[in-house]
Amino acid sequence: MKMLGAQALVKGLEAEGVEIVFGYPGAAIMQVYDVLRDSNIHHVLVRNEQGAAHAASGYARVTGKVGVCISTSGPGATNLITGIATAYMDSIPIVAITGQVPLSMVGRDVFQEVDITGATEPFTKYSYLVKDPNDIPQIVKEAFYIASTGRPGPVLIDLPKDVAASTIDYREPGPVFIRSYRPTYMGHPGQVKRVAKAIVESKRPVICVGGGCITSSASPEIIELAERIKAPVASTLMGIGAFPSGHKLYLGMLGQHGIYAANRAINEADLLIVLGARMGDRAVVKPDKFGQGAIVVHIDIDPAEIGKNVGTNIPIVGDIKTTLRELLKKDIDRNDWGWLSKVEKWKKVRLGVGECNDGLNPMEVIEALAAQAPKDAILVTDVGQHQIWAGRYYPVEQPRTFLTSGGLGTMGYGLPAAIGAKLGQPDKQVMLITGDGSLQMNLAELATMVQEKAAVKILLFNNHHLGMVRELQQHQLGERYYQTRMECNPDFVKLAAAYGIEAFRVENSDEIDEAIKRLLEHDGPIIGEFMIDPMANVFPVSRGDKDEAHIRRIS
Amino acid sequence: MKHILGVLVENRPGVLSKVSGLFSRRGFNIESLAVGITENPDISRMTIVVDGDDYTVEQVTKQLNKLIDVIKVANIGRESVIRELALIKVKATSATRNEIIEIANIFRANIVDISKNYLTIEITGDSEKIAALEDMLRDFGIKEMVRTGAIAIDRGSKMIKYDEDKEEK
Ligand SMILES: Cc1ncc(C[n+]2csc(CCOP(=O)(O)OP(=O)(O)O)c2C)c(N)n1
Repeated sequence: MKMLGAQALVKGLEAEGVEIVFGYPGAAIMQVYDVLRDSNIHHVLVRNEQGAAHAASGYARVTGKVGVCISTSGPGATNLITGIATAYMDSIPIVAITGQVPLSMVGRDVFQEVDITGATEPFTKYSYLVKDPNDIPQIVKEAFYIASTGRPGPVLIDLPKDVAASTIDYREPGPVFIRSYRPTYMGHPGQVKRVAKAIVESKRPVICVGGGCITSSASPEIIELAERIKAPVASTLMGIGAFPSGHKLYLGMLGQHGIYAANRAINEADLLIVLGARMGDRAVVKPDKFGQGAIVVHIDIDPAEIGKNVGTNIPIVGDIKTTLRELLKKDIDRNDWGWLSKVEKWKKVRLGVGECNDGLNPMEVIEALAAQAPKDAILVTDVGQHQIWAGRYYPVEQPRTFLTSGGLGTMGYGLPAAIGAKLGQPDKQVMLITGDGSLQMNLAELATMVQEKAAVKILLFNNHHLGMVRELQQHQLGERYYQTRMECNPDFVKLAAAYGIEAFRVENSDEIDEAIKRLLEHDGPIIGEFMIDPMANVFPVSRGDKDEAHIRRIS
Repeated sequence: MKHILGVLVENRPGVLSKVSGLFSRRGFNIESLAVGITENPDISRMTIVVDGDDYTVEQVTKQLNKLIDVIKVANIGRESVIRELALIKVKATSATRNEIIEIANIFRANIVDISKNYLTIEITGDSEKIAALEDMLRDFGIKEMVRTGAIAIDRGSKMIKYDEDKEEK
């Protein structure tokens, strides 16, 4: 069958089950757009290509499918970069398709040419510069395969304009076999046996779950493991949702910004079972101290993560779900409740945000949201204090319902990711907690939200500051505040009106419940602007002795 | 400590830059890198000499393995056959020419070019041998020197091979 390269590309997307793509057109990708026009794939027009990558990533996180974003060459492609890097750091499967100048011109610095495969090399899982249009069907199939298998990540296809426009004799792609890429799914049986032995010999086991548990859909196995071995479960920021918050064994978020009980339990554990977490610098502030006096088991599908950040006694390369299933067949049950009763006491220590006399207490807003939102609601955050508060205080019950930029910490992730999430799960409540700084990073995507009628419920935590950095200046620079006050914020309610979005402002704490109700019940996109006390902190200044000790240990 | 890695990669454009980029990005030091195709024209083999402790070499190995185009990474022991090639252009007058040729012969090096005022010597060997010859020639006046990175192959039946059926990275 004769067809254009661009047609082969779109046919490939259809074959992969792609229903929606996020993008922005331009001359170098025009041919592809012309084919998309006649296809059944829904194209979402973002307002900046960065938004396309974040939206594809949000879509991928809530659906478990591969997200797709498209841009033109040059500036379109470079605008994608932040989104691609964000997805890479959080191991999210996306395929990015970029237009490129004609192959005959590549390398001559012609109009709108950038070496995008070169530029994104450090933070793509793989990339292709398509030279022969006949390769397109196979490349598309491979790209989806690489993006979604093993440790997922972004794959980029750079498609020169003339390659897209040339006619090929279409042939169905063959099965994907890449001799140099065969991820290990089943953990080594000998190592699994060692873990089982370590479990029954342990007195104070703790399980740490990370984003890999969500990728692997391993929640049922983790719950069974925790219940059978009587181990409390702590989560990294990326692991939130892998273990239900309401479960009595759940400790909460660990690490620098974590919950007291989670960090305390990890410090005192004699067995740490780390699942699909890379234990990065935010999760472990003192890597050389992590797991001291404990046996560390680390299960991860990416061999390069094991031993990278923390020392490991029993490393297992494998998929979490597959490997845990093997482990659960072993005789691992423990019936010692002593450790749990100790942990239970620590769970009572709760670090707040400090006194809020000058505005709303963010914790109250989050708790009100949690009280009213359905259990399967999707919560997206942006980056800053509000992100940490959401991670700490919002009880997430299900995997793939908490979306945040954990690895790169990209302000501006929230709004486009929430749009992608809503389009991926149109029947679920999708809520975005954002800050006045973060929202303005990709503010223009409000138009995308309206155009797509994506009913995202936006909780704007307006503290008139880049709060996270302001707080750092407070703690670490002796209150030498600089460039962290948002002097000229727009009137967000009026701004929303300009976009045709319903919006309202909340200033008194007795209005919070009603405000949440209004947000959740509104049929369409809506913004509730919560006027938060600018001095509310992640690490409150006035704190009890216990909290002091907690902060010293982790910072 | 120096480690020698033998790396089988897909013979594709861009692979060399992916590998070298990985080293600079992650702060690993490459002492030398040599690359060429193997008995299978689809596969290239790189010999990379890295300086670092065991942790670093383990990280290098894992990160290399993670690159999709890398087929296999193996640590080659010091006792393997390791060779470098150097071409040295040295000043040679009628008074010194014979002495230089004699030195080259002792090193089993070849004279590959001769002109009125210069000799070009080709030598293969490990880096110590090349350094020793360089040292001997220095006083005559080394005008230009070019060397390849090390290439290495295991002795005996040990080899780095891609095995179609059972090879797991
Ligand atoms: C793109 C980007 N630029 C800068 C930063 C550094 N940064 C981290 S948090 C933060 C402040 C976030 O402010 P806001 O969104 O208002 O949230 P708040 O901390 O006030 O809750 C900044 C500037 C970042 N993470 N991302």
